[in-house]
Amino acid sequence: MDKQKNVQELDEVVVRFSGDSGDGMQLTGTLFADASALFGNGVNTFPDYPSEIRAPQGTVGGVSGFQVHLGNQKVNTPGDYCDVLVAMNPAALKANAKWVKKGGMIIVDADQFNEKGYQRAGYKTIDAVTELNLQDFKIINAPITTLTKESLKESGLDNKSIVRSKNMFALGMVYYIFDRPLNFTEKYYETKFKKKPEIIEANKKVLRDGYNYAGNIHAIPNTYTIKPADARVKGKYRTINGNTATAWGLIAAAEKANLPLFCGSYPITPATDVLIELAKRKDLGVKTLQAEDEIAGVCTAIGAAFAGNFAVTSTSGPGLSLKSEALGLAVMTELPMVIVNVQRGGPSTGLPTKTEQSDLNQALYGRNGEAPMVVIAASTPSNCFDFAFQAGKIAMEHMTPVILLTDGFIANGSEPWRIPSMKDYPAINPPIVPENTENFMPYARDEKRLARGWAFPGKKGIAHRVGGLEKDFIKGSVSHDPMNHQRMTDIREAKVQRVKEFIPEQEVYGDKEGDLLVVGWGGTQGHLLTAVQEMRAAGKSVSLCHFNYINPLPRNTRDIFTRFKNIVVCELNMGQFVNYLRINFQDFNYHQFNKVQGLPFTVVELVDRFNKILEGK
Amino acid sequence: MEEKYLHYTPQDFKSDQEVRWCPGCGDHAILSSVQKALPEVSKVLKYNLERYVFVSGIGCSSRFPYYVDTFGFHGIHGRASAIATGVKVANPTLSVWQITGDGDALAIGGNHFIHAVRRNIDTNILLFNNQIYGLTKGQYSPTSPLGKITKTSPFGTVEHPFRPGELVIGAQGKFFARSLDIDVKLTSELMIEAAKHDGTSVVEILQNCVIFNDGAYDYITDREHREDRVITLRHGEKMVFGKNRDKGLILSGLSLKVVTIGQGGFSMDDILVHDAYNPNPGVHMMLANMEFPEYPVALGVIRNVKDSTYDDNVRDQVLEVMKDAKIKCVDDLLNSGETWDV
Ligand SMILES: Cc1ncc(C[n+]2csc(CCOP(=O)(O)OP(=O)(O)O)c2C)c(N)n1
Ligand code: SF4
Ligand SMILES: [Mg+2]
Repeated sequence: MDKQKNVQELDEVVVRFSGDSGDGMQLTGTLFADASALFGNGVNTFPDYPSEIRAPQGTVGGVSGFQVHLGNQKVNTPGDYCDVLVAMNPAALKANAKWVKKGGMIIVDADQFNEKGYQRAGYKTIDAVTELNLQDFKIINAPITTLTKESLKESGLDNKSIVRSKNMFALGMVYYIFDRPLNFTEKYYETKFKKKPEIIEANKKVLRDGYNYAGNIHAIPNTYTIKPADARVKGKYRTINGNTATAWGLIAAAEKANLPLFCGSYPITPATDVLIELAKRKDLGVKTLQAEDEIAGVCTAIGAAFAGNFAVTSTSGPGLSLKSEALGLAVMTELPMVIVNVQRGGPSTGLPTKTEQSDLNQALYGRNGEAPMVVIAASTPSNCFDFAFQAGKIAMEHMTPVILLTDGFIANGSEPWRIPSMKDYPAINPPIVPENTENFMPYARDEKRLARGWAFPGKKGIAHRVGGLEKDFIKGSVSHDPMNHQRMTDIREAKVQRVKEFIPEQEVYGDKEGDLLVVGWGGTQGHLLTAVQEMRAAGKSVSLCHFNYINPLPRNTRDIFTRFKNIVVCELNMGQFVNYLRINFQDFNYHQFNKVQGLPFTVVELVDRFNKILEGK
Repeated sequence: MEEKYLHYTPQDFKSDQEVRWCPGCGDHAILSSVQKALPEVSKVLKYNLERYVFVSGIGCSSRFPYYVDTFGFHGIHGRASAIATGVKVANPTLSVWQITGDGDALAIGGNHFIHAVRRNIDTNILLFNNQIYGLTKGQYSPTSPLGKITKTSPFGTVEHPFRPGELVIGAQGKFFARSLDIDVKLTSELMIEAAKHDGTSVVEILQNCVIFNDGAYDYITDREHREDRVITLRHGEKMVFGKNRDKGLILSGLSLKVVTIGQGGFSMDDILVHDAYNPNPGVHMMLANMEFPEYPVALGVIRNVKDSTYDDNVRDQVLEVMKDAKIKCVDDLLNSGETWDV
């Protein structure tokens, strides 16, 4: 190998792998991310896959991508634009060229850039460089398919399996360029293909051949290295994505409450993985019921909650619409439950695989009658664990349904996570009614939380009836009394507002006062934080106030808002949170920055917008 | 161990709530049948009162849970099957009873209903079929006969009704029985059979709505014709009916046929014996679908077949996986798979 090459040290780098859906780009990207995380880098990833499972091969619609952002410190986003793009065919190049930084490197499988490839991807010419205006980019034309065949010609594998290994050749090249150790990935092959030694050997060989090839060609003059992050907290780490973290957080809440976990759910992108992760956990006693639809999902959960399980249901926007009526029933019966809504682009079927934050109104208001509910939003892949846990704790201790909002971006995105220990999490103490409670009144409440008691069927002496009809304030029997309805409506709202006393105060990143307060909620945190960090590094008076508790809002919210000259509320919808703030705190003037393109914010556009506000534009 | 289950009386299952159905409504009789059956069910199955949960949807019939002094859940329209499923899976030791109307179970809740039946979740579904929407004051339902004139079909309906038994058996139902509201004795008997059956037990009760569909079942309930127009099936017994017990059912070709014993060369030996336990749904389906005037309407337990239940399968699978699981708590889970130290 040519060791004469320059090794340059970088603070961070963004690599995007792209190819046909069948090219294994998600795995390739994941392996690169994991190897880097194990190496000690800050890592943040995001998959970008088409909604068609098998779009016609070679077409732009079938392109699947996976972006990895590495740094010598914690990185909070998968990066706006990439430094290196791997494009396994002309379609991948066409779909992704716009995401490469000016002057960036593009590695293509030259073998695929033939007439057929160009034609399938809908090019007008057979010259991608000119047609896509790529003259200023560093393009590495590597005959990856040919080299892979060559590498494995004696492997004994059939032709199809050989060609399928070309992603590992490309990965080897990227490993060389970024000076990554190969051993983590080799270990992965060894565990994954334990029973197929020939596959292990083949993969190892292609990876290494790709690595060596990159070292030998002169088109790659430099290699780069990104040092491990040193400011990391000591401990044991793993990689986690948002959906897994959500599922595990719910299981953790069940464990702390010492109650079985029940999940009634119906598959829907991008929420299905929550159900999948829970279904795996029979070992922890988790019961999952794949219902006939979302209504059944939530209604089985309501039944399970009544019967004394920690009940959850998971879905995405259209499914939340279907659950609306039943959520009102959960409000009325004051049973604990967590509704996980992984938001995607709407309305209707919308953009199933793309991210958006446009279900906030639905979460806050989408029910008939006065039906308040606690709403919480997780904001990073790993903190889905904590907020799922919190959602469960609030639901069970306050006897209320809780909506947990995440979104496609954090649900599928992943990052390294310092593994917490359950002993550091608080106990969960639901107000379970003991057997033979004298004078048991189903709707009597504790003064602190205003929560009613949770009286499980099967326990002696506390038989009672609940349901969707208005309840008598104490007895819980049906009541049509006008003043009783007013009182019950008031107390259901008061109960939700009372949660304020039990959640932490809102934190501000940066100074507690200044020129501009950036306000966000949910999955945009990484981008907003990165933008605010950049501006603060440039000496600007900007702080970030990022909300996880939406209803109720933290008690010090107004106080924070009063200390800034400007407030800008940024969200991936047309202004749902800002309008909610306008209702709650009318005396502030809010700027807003909204985007609904199925894409996260870019740090660049955020900084640009914030600067304009500071300049009074 | 308290053996309360030996000593219940119907009175123990009466709540203090005022019963609000119209005077003369068939629901009153069904309530009595249930209250009569529960002490017996308790005795046979050793259930104390706290094990019973009554779940309903919305409709006149669905007010039922308020009137039995057990745990109860008055749900939302159509969703009783789903709510009951959740209750049973959450705590399989409970005895779960679902009360539902023809609209509740077969229109808005049709999907949940067939899936509950298909899963064979161990609940007892009492389907009050009055062929009308009672609570909303008289619109046609999915069981109203073709041509039925109601408020929303002033010129008669133009749609074919469901036959609940056919739907249940079509959805792979393992237990289907039918009774008449006025026949408290038979209804109680069927409740006990339903409770004893492990799996979804559907009991259709032909119920008279005096206000919006009065007399819908007169043709089989009036004393004069009743015995000639219904057949009460009992497992292991001949399918005979009629005032003089001289009519019976035989298999003729691929269909059932009514014959008179002693006429046309038919003797008692030719009459079919009811086999409710036969897994093959063929004859059960024909029995469930019998309609007057060609046939007598079948009452009693038409189908009663053993099979694994959803709730048992859930429990068994969890126990099986837990047996040699490596992950025993959340800490194990968090530390499973690929990890590294810093
Ligand atoms: C979502 C919803 N849609 C409509 C209704 C109105 N509704 C209440 S009961 C009912 C029909 C009841 O008929 P059935 O189930 O046969 O019960 P019955 O009153 O006859 O016992 C209807 C349409 C409702 N309560 N909820
Ligand atoms: S309306 Fe009909 S079904 Fe309803 S209570 Fe009155 S008689 Fe019974
Ligand atoms: Mg009805």
